[in-house]
Amino acid sequence: MLIRKRIEIPSSEITPKETYRTFQMSRRRLLAGLGAVGAAAATVGLPEAAWGLDKLKTVPSNYNVTDRDVTPESKAQSYNNFYEFGEEKDDPLHNAQKMQIRPWTVKIEGLVKKPQTLNIDDILAYRPIENRVYRFRCVEAWSMVIPWDGYPLSELIKFADPLPGAKYVQFISTTSGRGMILPSGIEFPYSEGLRMDEAMHPLTLLTFGSYGEVLANQQGSPIRVIVPWKYGFKSAKSIVKIKFVEKEPHTTWNDMAPNEYGFYSNVNPQVDHPRWSQAHERLLNSNSIFPKTVPTLMFNGYDEVASLYSGMDLRKNF
Amino acid sequence: MPSKAIPYFKAAVHILCLLPAAYLWDLYRSHKLVAFADPVNYITHFTGDWALWLLLVTLAVTPVRRLHPSLNWLIRFRRMLGLYAFFYATLHLLTYVFLFSGYDVPAAIAGVRKWHLMEPLVQLNAVLPSMLDDAEKRRFIQVGLAAWLLLLTLAVTSTQASIRSLGGWVWQGIHRLIYVAAILAVIHYWWLVKAGVRTPLKDTLVLAVLLLWRLGLWATKRTKAKARERRLWSEDQAIR
Repeated sequence: MLIRKRIEIPSSEITPKETYRTFQMSRRRLLAGLGAVGAAAATVGLPEAAWGLDKLKTVPSNYNVTDRDVTPESKAQSYNNFYEFGEEKDDPLHNAQKMQIRPWTVKIEGLVKKPQTLNIDDILAYRPIENRVYRFRCVEAWSMVIPWDGYPLSELIKFADPLPGAKYVQFISTTSGRGMILPSGIEFPYSEGLRMDEAMHPLTLLTFGSYGEVLANQQGSPIRVIVPWKYGFKSAKSIVKIKFVEKEPHTTWNDMAPNEYGFYSNVNPQVDHPRWSQAHERLLNSNSIFPKTVPTLMFNGYDEVASLYSGMDLRKNF
Repeated sequence: MPSKAIPYFKAAVHILCLLPAAYLWDLYRSHKLVAFADPVNYITHFTGDWALWLLLVTLAVTPVRRLHPSLNWLIRFRRMLGLYAFFYATLHLLTYVFLFSGYDVPAAIAGVRKWHLMEPLVQLNAVLPSMLDDAEKRRFIQVGLAAWLLLLTLAVTSTQASIRSLGGWVWQGIHRLIYVAAILAVIHYWWLVKAGVRTPLKDTLVLAVLLLWRLGLWATKRTKAKARERRLWSEDQAIR
């Protein structure tokens, strides 16, 4: 009678992050050709400094969430929607580790003065990395509070120098990871997009890290965007291409179910998802068995973006 | 199986069916569950999965039994398995009501501790509008609830006394609703996952096999019955 069941790995059996990171770092460095250093790093009892590479040098910012506790890092890194790496929330944690995040380049294409390919490390070093704590609201009616590390996307857009005809920015995510599990129906590469004014908004963060460290693979390492007033799926992960276009680009979830996932997908408690209410959210930032259900805020509490949508019917343009 | 062994076997099946619940309880007691990113989501899926799986196991009893006459004793476990499916379906529903809906459990507990015995109902009243809204608007909630109501009906009428008072025919008719409940449960699953997500596929295939087997059995029986009818009819003609 016993049916085989996927048992959740108890937290006690999950490799401690440090250990895993050590392994990951050492592997990365081996791949980078620094075999000797890598081999040394792989030995037990690694000194702190050896994986200090994984930490990001960040500067503080004025963006903070003061009324909610920050989600524990382990929760933010074990509960991810990254469908290229599986459909279950904990699949990306296991499957995304195959993704190679170095070398990594980002292509700048479309309506720009000069299309070019940028190296991730150059993008990283281009501006100081700010630490910003944002509310993160998933379309599935749960939310977290996560410290992200990055700089405004507007900086990179200015660097890319788009032509006047560029009205939208499209983000294309990687498909390079071998072993990506492709569920039927969802077409990859993942495509997301923002209107130019949304992309230029100071809140829109080009993100390289969280919790002061390099993004975990399952969070969309090495480079993603975070658009805090929109549902999480709008914040494309593991970006390999940024394209400036004239017309609204196609976006993956909108392709799948246009009635469920609009192009704008601003957090809006008044517009329900067809399968659940968006008026409330489960705030995943505590260690309690009883969920904290809190009212969802318009634009996820980021009222400063309201002017971007003045005159628009947000029920139609959900 | 010798009749003497049945009680022992029943005890074993009880234990097996309670193992998932015990596992969940252990996760809770050992504080592992709270370390999960979204404990409520986990509990919901866990109880929902087991409700559906046990329903499928219940539906598998008859086909397996028919494999060989020596497996006939399996029928004695069918009711028990069905009741456990209902048990997990009920836990699933309770998870929705008390953990998913926004019900303030700590407030309810605190109220009771202060001898405000109505507090749990006050809290229920507070989330009732959103639950009714769900029941009214969301089709996956509707089919899920319908499946549970059917299972409730079957559970209530699962006693020997019910069989006697309803009569075999009526009782069997009612209990054929398990097919409807299982189909609704699978639809519930498909309607709640995102487009393109195929996690309900395996359960659906198992259910399809179990139902098609019955359809096949029914079709063969019908053909045989017709053949017999024809034979009797021609014999009848011959006699005349």
